[in-house]
Amino acid sequence: MATSSNDRPALLDIAEVSKSFGPVEVLRSVSLQVAKGEVVTIIGPSGSGKTTLLRCVNFLESYDSGSIRIDGKEVGFRDGGARQRRSERDLAAMRAETGMVFQGFNLFPHLTAAGNIMLGLAKVRGKSKTEARSIAEHWLGRVGLAHKADSLPAELSGGQQQRVGIARAVAMEPKILLLDEITSALDPELVGEVLAVVKSLAEDGMTMVMVTHEIAFARDASSRIVFMADGGVSAVGPPKEVLAAETTNERLRTFLARFRASQF
Amino acid sequence: MLGKIAYALPFLAQGFALTLWVSLLVVVLSLIAGIILGVGLVYGPAPLRWAVRIFSDTIRGIPILVLIFFVYYGLPAVGVHLQSFWAAVLALTLFKTAQVVEYLRGAVASIPKGQSEAAMAIGLTFRQRLAYVIFPQAFRRFLPPWINGVTDAVKGSALVSLLGITDLMQAINQVIGRTYEAMPLYILGALLYFAVNYALSLASRRLEQRFAFIRE
Repeated sequence: MATSSNDRPALLDIAEVSKSFGPVEVLRSVSLQVAKGEVVTIIGPSGSGKTTLLRCVNFLESYDSGSIRIDGKEVGFRDGGARQRRSERDLAAMRAETGMVFQGFNLFPHLTAAGNIMLGLAKVRGKSKTEARSIAEHWLGRVGLAHKADSLPAELSGGQQQRVGIARAVAMEPKILLLDEITSALDPELVGEVLAVVKSLAEDGMTMVMVTHEIAFARDASSRIVFMADGGVSAVGPPKEVLAAETTNERLRTFLARFRASQF
Repeated sequence: MLGKIAYALPFLAQGFALTLWVSLLVVVLSLIAGIILGVGLVYGPAPLRWAVRIFSDTIRGIPILVLIFFVYYGLPAVGVHLQSFWAAVLALTLFKTAQVVEYLRGAVASIPKGQSEAAMAIGLTFRQRLAYVIFPQAFRRFLPPWINGVTDAVKGSALVSLLGITDLMQAINQVIGRTYEAMPLYILGALLYFAVNYALSLASRRLEQRFAFIRE
């Protein structure tokens, strides 16, 4: 059973979550606690359930059993243990508590960079247009895109689009930021600018759960690393421990060997 | 010759007005019904989806002329008597509605799943996602085929003349019957239909530019 690295109460509490797609078990009783301010990266081979787990946290995917709580509140199901799916409005309100950044950016192509950020602020947070605009400009400044506020996504590079994607998520002041392979669709030379933004958010104390293939970044920026294999948590701990070359975990050693080989 | 035609112009104008009126009714009614049924087809519960699917496939599989005759001559057999005008409008609207349903389904289906997910992730409700994320994008893809469909509706409205309704087509045929000036009158009719449809396609091009995601 994975536990939080310290004694603070868990902000995110994933307890024994299982999920199958038809006959395929993608999550096998996964448990993981994340404390406020922690940066947890999830690594592992493709098909290990990393992304599915992340998508369960904001209920983009449902799960078959177990529970996922944020600040003590069950995310997708009504309180009381009957496993009754929350109403559409409740779900929307719960999802607003988490921010998500996607591999494919998923910016709204019909809205400008600022418009992408303002939509949730105006419609979910109930901010006035002026207020939403100034918050959007603040966050665009933070990700180094103040001058692109009125550009449409199609007019931005991949790295710029992803930085807008991050700004859109954090502007909502989520309790947790979920990052799903956010640099995988980028040209190598654009990866750095996006990771720099993530790092600065981490330094600000943003709680983050990040699925990534950037092992070096995981090593430098995470409080803990989770290694997933075959739908379960195979190893978890501080980067130094998990990435140690002398690990006895066979799956992890194979995975890391492949990664190390690919570095050169 | 011109004198005889000039004499008939007010009559032709009336027919033209009726053509426009039928077209407008059909276009507006089918747009409303098509959007409602289309949303039902994409997002509704299974029985509703099947019902809309059956409706759309059936209607689109029937020649429009058969549909018009069926509504006017067939429905009285089950006790539904419609004036020829309303029978024609109903038949054309049914036909057009089935098309609008398909345009809408196609437009919504073409929006990547990631758009819905991104909208969910920031906490928008189902209705908000449709209103602010899906429909604004789907609208752009819906527009070109729909405008095509509108021009088809204008041309297709000529079929109502077969129920004895004096639209532009019927008016032209009647004037030809009196004057035997077939060629100039058919040319006049063709020009009028063309003028309407050309104006529509110009408007459509304007709209498409207006809603493009890339500014020129």
